[in-house]
This record gives sequence, structure tokens and C-alpha cells, in this order.
Amino acid sequence: MTTTKTADPFADVHDPFAAPGALTPAGASPIVRALAIEKYFGSNHVLRGCTLEVYPSETICIIGRSGSGKSTLLRCLNFLEEPTAGAVEIDGLRVEADPLHSRGKAHRESIRQIRMRAQMVFQEFNLFPHKKVIDNLIEAPVRVKGVNRDQAIATAEKFLAKVGLSEKRDEYPARLSGGQKQRVAIARALTMEPRVLLFDEPTSALDPELVGEVLKVMADLAHEGSTMLVVTHEMQFAKEAADRVYYIDQGLFLEVGPPDQVIDHPQDAGTAKFLSRLLGPSGSRPVKPLPVTGPVVLPGHGEVGHIEQRDHL
Amino acid sequence: MSASTGALGAPAGGLVPAEPPNPIVDAIAAQRRRQTQRFRLIFVVTWLIAIGSLLGSLMVAGKIDFAFISEWGPYILGGVTTTIFVAVCSISIAILFAVMGALGRLSGNPVLYAIATLYVSMVRGTPLLVQILFIYLALPQVIPGISGVPQVALGIFALAFNYGAYMTETFRAGIQAVPRGQTEAAQALGMPGRTRMLRIILPQAIRIVTPAIGNEFISMIKDSSLVSVIAVPELLWRAQRVGQSNFRTLETLLIAAAIYWALTIVLSIIQDRLEKRMAESDRRI
Repeated sequence: MTTTKTADPFADVHDPFAAPGALTPAGASPIVRALAIEKYFGSNHVLRGCTLEVYPSETICIIGRSGSGKSTLLRCLNFLEEPTAGAVEIDGLRVEADPLHSRGKAHRESIRQIRMRAQMVFQEFNLFPHKKVIDNLIEAPVRVKGVNRDQAIATAEKFLAKVGLSEKRDEYPARLSGGQKQRVAIARALTMEPRVLLFDEPTSALDPELVGEVLKVMADLAHEGSTMLVVTHEMQFAKEAADRVYYIDQGLFLEVGPPDQVIDHPQDAGTAKFLSRLLGPSGSRPVKPLPVTGPVVLPGHGEVGHIEQRDHL
Repeated sequence: MSASTGALGAPAGGLVPAEPPNPIVDAIAAQRRRQTQRFRLIFVVTWLIAIGSLLGSLMVAGKIDFAFISEWGPYILGGVTTTIFVAVCSISIAILFAVMGALGRLSGNPVLYAIATLYVSMVRGTPLLVQILFIYLALPQVIPGISGVPQVALGIFALAFNYGAYMTETFRAGIQAVPRGQTEAAQALGMPGRTRMLRIILPQAIRIVTPAIGNEFISMIKDSSLVSVIAVPELLWRAQRVGQSNFRTLETLLIAAAIYWALTIVLSIIQDRLEKRMAESDRRI
């Protein structure tokens, strides 16, 4: 039926662990597919054939030690790193690796389309420092998607409210705390109305007391049914929000499964070792718990802050 | 609950109990102030003595004709407008040259890179005076249309062309100083290259190079005197015209030098203020 010309080189490539998540609508097929992704940096083989499929409304956590390739994989998904081999498919748009740039302009355009479908939240926030919060949020919708300015502002305000920062609308990023910056960055990604959100260690650059407010926003997004791929060290978040956890080491997925299996009962020796270092020998975790709405109390300091009620969530 | 809130919840400074003021703190501050004032006083007096004795010795020798100065001073001073006009126009056009040059130097396109590199190398490898004379005297032989262009326009072009080449490297460094994450964030939002450069990278790069542009402008005020050789009626040209026809170049050049000096001092002070204000707004931004 298929001629050699139209034969899909990735027809047989599937993620054996992929299964519709708890919030996935019935009958949906995967919305994000990383197909046999390989990446070399020079002669260094960083990703050695990673295949991962994500169904709509799933939250996937990718864990692994530094240098394991987890961030590189995420960055390959929106072509901030160009994969050396493999393909990325997001919501039906497939872009195959083109390391020799033989496809030129059309390839660049499909990369841009992929990027608009897969919005990334960075470890270092990367807000535009010369623009106010609101202008950070409307820049891409207006300039890239051609949304009318008033409409873009309305959307931006909606998402600012969602991350609980409506009152920071006209501030410059330098006036915000790290946690606020990251929440603005999440809102900025949301204004592009992506099919999937990519989080690249979103809390790793934050002071410990600011991690909770960002994880709270992310957990809310996950529970609302956003499709999310999260590279993180926050095991509590993974346990609470992830449909599946992928443990990556030396560019390969060594263990995949639901969080209670991968995090609490790892089968793979490497996974177990990594997790025991991260969680402590007893499995009790030193990672901060997710704060709930209400006062934040630190031992010896009493009440140091308050997580406001965000009833629109 | 209320006890713990009291320990930490008290307004600013509530953690540390208030102390009685220590008189030595004020004494140290007062001594610092006195020392600073004394330093400034001696500085000003030294300047006045040095300048006064230079001018004084010239006066005593009877070399300065004050009547001549009061007669022609205002005419020479009138050249300041042309000087500033030339410098402002030149620096503005130079910035355009510099942005294009910097984009060329950072371009992946070998032709653009070659042109930008040639421009910088050629201009930096030849004297500004030669460039001005070349544009005014030699170029019209090749392109006859140029002879109709007013000298002031040619002078502005020559200065802008020269400064643009020097500022190309400044702008290139400025663009490269914008953190890599800014490009990535813009890419991740789907911005095409041009939007990324115009909306995200260049505005930040220009903030980075603004102090350098200030310095270039002050140099430009002084270098604009070179266009006097092609009869642009700016400060030095006026001084030379009056001085040579009356055999009074000591007075006229003294006036011109004093005016340039005053201009650069004023501009340095303005630049200082601007930089301080920018540093403050950087804390804001």
C-alpha cells in the first residue's frame, strides 16, 4: 500500500510505556511524540535513541542526574537543540532531524511551528528585562501570532490572574522575586496557547522558599489537564502530578512507569541509587512539601508569609 | 501563633532591638565630610592657580589683545551651533552604520560578513583626515554628482562613516553581551530571526552600549574640527578664518580650545548624570 517514497521511517517506533493518562479524553492518540531522538555534541553521544509518547492532558516527569541528557531531550523537542537523528511530532506536525540543514527555509518554518505548539519554561526564566510584565506576555502573541493587541492584553491578563500576579502587570521583571518571575514565564508560555508545556528544571534556580509557589501553579495546570513535560528534581511534584516518570541515564530511558513505581520502588539499580541520593536513604525526602493555601510557617521563624487564595483556579 | 508572629511579623528592623546612638558614628561621618570638602577646595584652587598663571604670563608678555577677543569672540562662539549640529548628525548616522556593521560582523552570511569586515578594516586602517579629504576632493572626480553636495553634508558623512566603523565593534560586543537565554526565549516563543533581533536583542544591546556612545559623542565634538579643512563653517574654521586674516591665531585658537574644552566638560557632566540615572533604572528594570 505504501510506496517506498512515502514509507514512514518511524512507523515501527513506539513508546512501549505510553498509555492514556487519567485525564486523557477517551480515544485520543498521543499529542507529543519524540521518535528515536539521538543527539551528538561533537563526538559526545548525549541522547542514544529516546522515544517518548505523551497523550493529551498527561503530565510526564523526566528525572535523572545532571549530564544524563534530560534537558537536552527537552530542548530537542522544540529544536533549541537540533536532534542529530529522529523526529519530533507535536499535534500531527512532524519534523525530522535535519542535521545537515538540507531542507533550508521550509525546515526552519516547521521548526517555528513546532516551537509555537510546545512552549518552554526555562530554569533561568528568561523574561525580557526591557519589557514590563504585560509586554512580556503580549509580545509573542502580537508579533508572532498576529493577535490583535487588545485581545492579547485580555488573554495576558487572564493568565496573569491564573498565576496569581495580576497586581504585577506593569512591573519590570527586575522588581519580581524569582518565584514571581517564573510564574510570569509560565503565564507567558500559556499566552501562546501551546499544545504542550515544556518545563526545563523550572525550580532549580529558585531560593528554596520560592519553589512552592511555582510548583503550586504547575500542579494546578497539571490537574486542569494541561499536557506537560517536566524535567525536574522535585520528586514530591512528580509523585503528586505525574502520570509517568521517565528515568534517563547516559541518554537512554532506563526506567519508566507511574511515579509510585519509579520513585518508590525502582527496579533499576541506577535509578535506585540516584533516587536514594536525592531522597535520602530512608526514602524520606528532604524536598520541600507543596504548600497549600494559607500561612507559610518556618520552624523558629513563625509565620513568614502567606499563600493567597486564588479562587479562580 | 501571636507570639511567633510578633518575633518576625514586626515591621522593618523588628528583629534587632533598637540601640542608643553612638556618638563616634557621627564624629566619623563629620570627619569624612571635612576631608572631602578640603580635597575639593584644594583641587579647585590648584586649577585656578595653574590656569591663571598661564593666562597671566601671556597677558604680562602683552601677547593677548583683549579688544580683539571681545570683537571676534562672539563670531567664533557662533560656530558652536555648527559643531554641535555636525556632531549630533554624525553620531546618529554613525549608529546606523554601526548597527549594520555589527549585524554583518555577526552574520552567518559570508558576503555580509566580508563586507562588514572590509568596512571596519578599511576605515580603521586609514586616517580620518585622509577620509574627509578623499570624500571631498577625490570622490567628485569619480562621481561628479557629489560636487553639488554641500560641504557640511560631506563632512557629516565622512565623520559618520569613520565613527560607524569604530562603533561597529562596540555594537558587536553589545549584541553578544545580551544573555543567550534571551535568544532562546524568543526562539521558543516562535519569533523569527528579524523580530528577535529588532524587538528583543537590539533594544537590550543599545542599553548596554549607551555609555560607550556617550564617550564617542564627546570624541566626535573634538574630531568634528577636522571638517574645517573642507570649509564647513564650524568652530575651528571660524577661529582659523578670523585668526589668519588678522594675524591673531594665538587669540583665536585659545578661544576655540577653551570652547571645545568647556563643551567636553559640560557633556561629560551630562553623560555622568545620564549614566547614574540609567544605573538606577537598571536596578528598576
